[in-house]
Amino acid sequence: MAKSIDVDNLNVYYGDFLAVEGASINIAPRTVTAFIGPSGCGKSTFLRTLNRMHEVIPGGRVEGKVLLDGEDLYGPGVDPVNVRRTVGMVFQKANPFPTMSIYDNVIAGYKIAGSRKNKREFDDIVERSLKGANLWEEVKSRLQRPGAGLSGGQQQRLCIARAIAVEPSVLLMDEPCSALDPISTLAIEDLISELKVNYTIVIVTHNMQQAARVSDRTAFFNLAGVGQPGRMIEYDETAKIFSNPTQKATEDYISGRFG
Amino acid sequence: MSTTIAQRPQLSGQPSDLVGARLPRWAPIAVGALAVALALGIRFALGWTGWGTAFFTAAALFVIILTGWSFSVEGVRRAKDRLASTLIYACFVAAVVPLVLILSYIAIRGIPAFSVDFFSHSMNGVTSRREGGGLYHALIGTLEIVAIAAVIALPIGIFTAIYLVEYGRGKFAKAVTFFVDVMTGVPSIVAGLFVYTFLLLGFGARPFGAAGAIALAILMVPVAVRSSEEMLKLVPRDLREASYALGVPKWRTILKVVLPTALSGLITSALLAVARVAGETAPLILLTGYASSINFNPFSGDQATLPMMVWDQLGKRSGTGTSDLTEARAWGAALTLVLLVLILNIVARLLARLAQPKTK
Amino acid sequence: MSTDGDNTRRNLRVGSDPDAALERAAAEHGTAATEAAASRLAERAAHHESATDTLTPPPADGDRHADTGATGGGTGISGQSVRLGDRVFKGLAAGSGGILLVVMAAIAIFLVWKSIPAFTDNEGNLFTTQSWNPQGTPPIFGVAALLFGTLVSAVIAMVIGVPIAIGIALFISIYARRRAATALGAIVDLLAAVPSLVFGMWGLYFLIPNTQGFQKWLNDYFGWIPLFNNATATTAAQYGKSLLIAGIVLAIMIIPIVSAVCREVFLQTPRETIDAAWALGATRWEMIRTAVLPFGRAGMISASMLGLGRALGETIAVALVLNSGFRINWHLTEPGGDTFASTIALKFGEAGGNPVAVAALVLAGLFLFVITLIVNSIARMIIARRKEFTA
Repeated sequence: MAKSIDVDNLNVYYGDFLAVEGASINIAPRTVTAFIGPSGCGKSTFLRTLNRMHEVIPGGRVEGKVLLDGEDLYGPGVDPVNVRRTVGMVFQKANPFPTMSIYDNVIAGYKIAGSRKNKREFDDIVERSLKGANLWEEVKSRLQRPGAGLSGGQQQRLCIARAIAVEPSVLLMDEPCSALDPISTLAIEDLISELKVNYTIVIVTHNMQQAARVSDRTAFFNLAGVGQPGRMIEYDETAKIFSNPTQKATEDYISGRFG
Repeated sequence: MSTTIAQRPQLSGQPSDLVGARLPRWAPIAVGALAVALALGIRFALGWTGWGTAFFTAAALFVIILTGWSFSVEGVRRAKDRLASTLIYACFVAAVVPLVLILSYIAIRGIPAFSVDFFSHSMNGVTSRREGGGLYHALIGTLEIVAIAAVIALPIGIFTAIYLVEYGRGKFAKAVTFFVDVMTGVPSIVAGLFVYTFLLLGFGARPFGAAGAIALAILMVPVAVRSSEEMLKLVPRDLREASYALGVPKWRTILKVVLPTALSGLITSALLAVARVAGETAPLILLTGYASSINFNPFSGDQATLPMMVWDQLGKRSGTGTSDLTEARAWGAALTLVLLVLILNIVARLLARLAQPKTK
Repeated sequence: MSTDGDNTRRNLRVGSDPDAALERAAAEHGTAATEAAASRLAERAAHHESATDTLTPPPADGDRHADTGATGGGTGISGQSVRLGDRVFKGLAAGSGGILLVVMAAIAIFLVWKSIPAFTDNEGNLFTTQSWNPQGTPPIFGVAALLFGTLVSAVIAMVIGVPIAIGIALFISIYARRRAATALGAIVDLLAAVPSLVFGMWGLYFLIPNTQGFQKWLNDYFGWIPLFNNATATTAAQYGKSLLIAGIVLAIMIIPIVSAVCREVFLQTPRETIDAAWALGATRWEMIRTAVLPFGRAGMISASMLGLGRALGETIAVALVLNSGFRINWHLTEPGGDTFASTIALKFGEAGGNPVAVAALVLAGLFLFVITLIVNSIARMIIARRKEFTA
């Protein structure tokens, strides 16, 4: 299921503005990779290019290659709709569809695509996905209630369940815990280490402890100044980044001497 | 397209389900050309005379061919997407075309009537068979009546908005909010009928200009309340707090801080409210009567307005050749009315744009 | 830009009202206490109100009820004159609101009162008589045909206008690029301001002559559907004023209003919800169906109701393109058809001083008033219910 990601010298533009310059990275399947760095350094932007979500923003485009198991996401004939099916995403703010029930939220990916499955198949998917997101026990008695009625942490796990329901190969997480309390954060972090067994996970986080706790490898992004493009400064084993980084900028950031 | 990811064979390095068959970029243009060509062919083959049918045939062919092609190549999801996009674009065309048609049609019919005399003369003594005459009397009436309506409605509207934004709490405020909504929905003819029963029947009065103004004021109040409310809400809370912190009482804060800050916005909303009622015809039929001569006094005697002049001239057309004269005058007055309303709107919106940097 | 849209946005919010509770509490205490104590309590409540005001979250978020809490206190030091000024000013503001309520009540009372002769003197059956002869002896009239014409023309307008308006709103808010969208939105807003008289004239002079062929075509090919059958005309030139044309003119008139409101609502769709749909691999249409349309449902309904209200009450445009007949005729392209509003305008002249005839017209106005009231209330109820589900 899980696939590798290889990015080679990628530039990301919004209109004429170069947001990220020359990013390269190799991500192995079934690992957790964390992107850290100061605000505005382009880590979220870069993350969005991994499932072509940046194209949703007017003027968003890339130069370079993103290979998913060797296949270029930006190759000719590649349909972004299919890319996003294969590379799932969880956002900073939990975003269950406000008008849908918990049940419908989980199978939203199938409903959107107009997939014809019978009730039992959907029931199975809902149960499997909610169990996968460690949410089943909490919501199994109220699947038909609105998804927006859950707590923040539950909503975020519902979004994870929705993302894994369509069985993607890669799961992108854009600061999934930044709006959550510590206990909910812990629940999501536990979930990430469980999901790693089946998925390649890339997570953007502002929280360095979180990066240290959950990730196998870490990439540090930085930018030279306002209006300058963001760059990937260093990418290595998480333990190495946090104990003995090669770059001065990384060390400054890690040790809180940044800025 | 319907293959689910779950059943996907684990391939690597080969083009797999990331690649979706897509129509070439030029597909819509090509289909469009084909549809037009086909429609023209059908038109000549069947000997149609009009262009309207050919146009709609081309449009229908375009939708059918493009959706069908997309369905066969790209699958059902993409086909639906294309169909929806096509229909949404079509909606836009289908609505903008008649709306542009309307405006250009009035301009084309109205401009020939324009002359210096047309703006400086009344219709006094001008019969439907005679040339000349103008809308001066009607312009005077419209300006006076709308001005009176504004004088009545705007203070009430703005004060109500102040109440709702600054004081509004509890049942009374909820009732006011509800009835502002209800009042927005009151048809103009009903407002006219009310003033007729109340003022003209009730006091046994003859039609006069100000009676129309009252009906217009009833229509104007809810619009003014709504838009002023929005403008007052744009005033940042910090400003109010800064004033309270200086020990300024609430009413002076509203008067000296809130209202001046929102002033340009309030003027905008006032102009929009005025524009909204300036073209109203229905209540005036019941209330102001129509005089073909100039009447400067809105409180006594029949008074002409632009919409009533159009109505009067349309009523006098006979269907024979001489009706051209009355029709031309009607279109001229209608165009003047449209220009008046559009200018009010454009000025209001420009003001709103000027006001924006201050509030945001 | 569009204040109509802003209204809708506000209607979609939920408000809790802690101050109402406070006032209730103050009132309860007041009844138990002496008069002096009651007035002191009321005063403190008033102070409390002004104090909470300063803590109200930014008014820009459109929720004026969401108070955060109170610290008490007030403006006590500055003395009596300040409180008087506040009281006068608040009185003025509240009084303006009161005038509105009085006017609404007066409209209802006068319409009912002045239409009484129409009930008592009518020799026909008010609801079933298909004729309008209130100045005859005996006066015979009924609202059946008017009700029919009003509803049918409004329904035609909704069937044609609302989907197109929603399409335009989607086009402007989602498909068009931002700068183009702003310009297009401004044009639509301007068109919403064009006087209805002008739409009617355009209908009469442009639309009728140019749709005679279309009306005939409907009869030729779809005449087997009773709605489109026309037994009175044989050549295209004999087609003309009809309920169908009135409906089309009304549709064009309501499109700018409905689409302006819908556009504002669609633009309010949370970015996150849209992203969620995209990230699940939705095509653009699937994104619209999953994220934009469900979010905007209440707004679309209230926009449609706004349009319906306007279509029901439109007078002049309809009066210009209808041929009065005062009978129920399902053949939409045949001449004939009357609405409440057009009847009031067209029959007012001949009603003259005849009290029964005037009363009959007032009665038509009363019907129109009640119908628009019902439509508005339904819209508000739908929105309120919707609010509960999403909140």
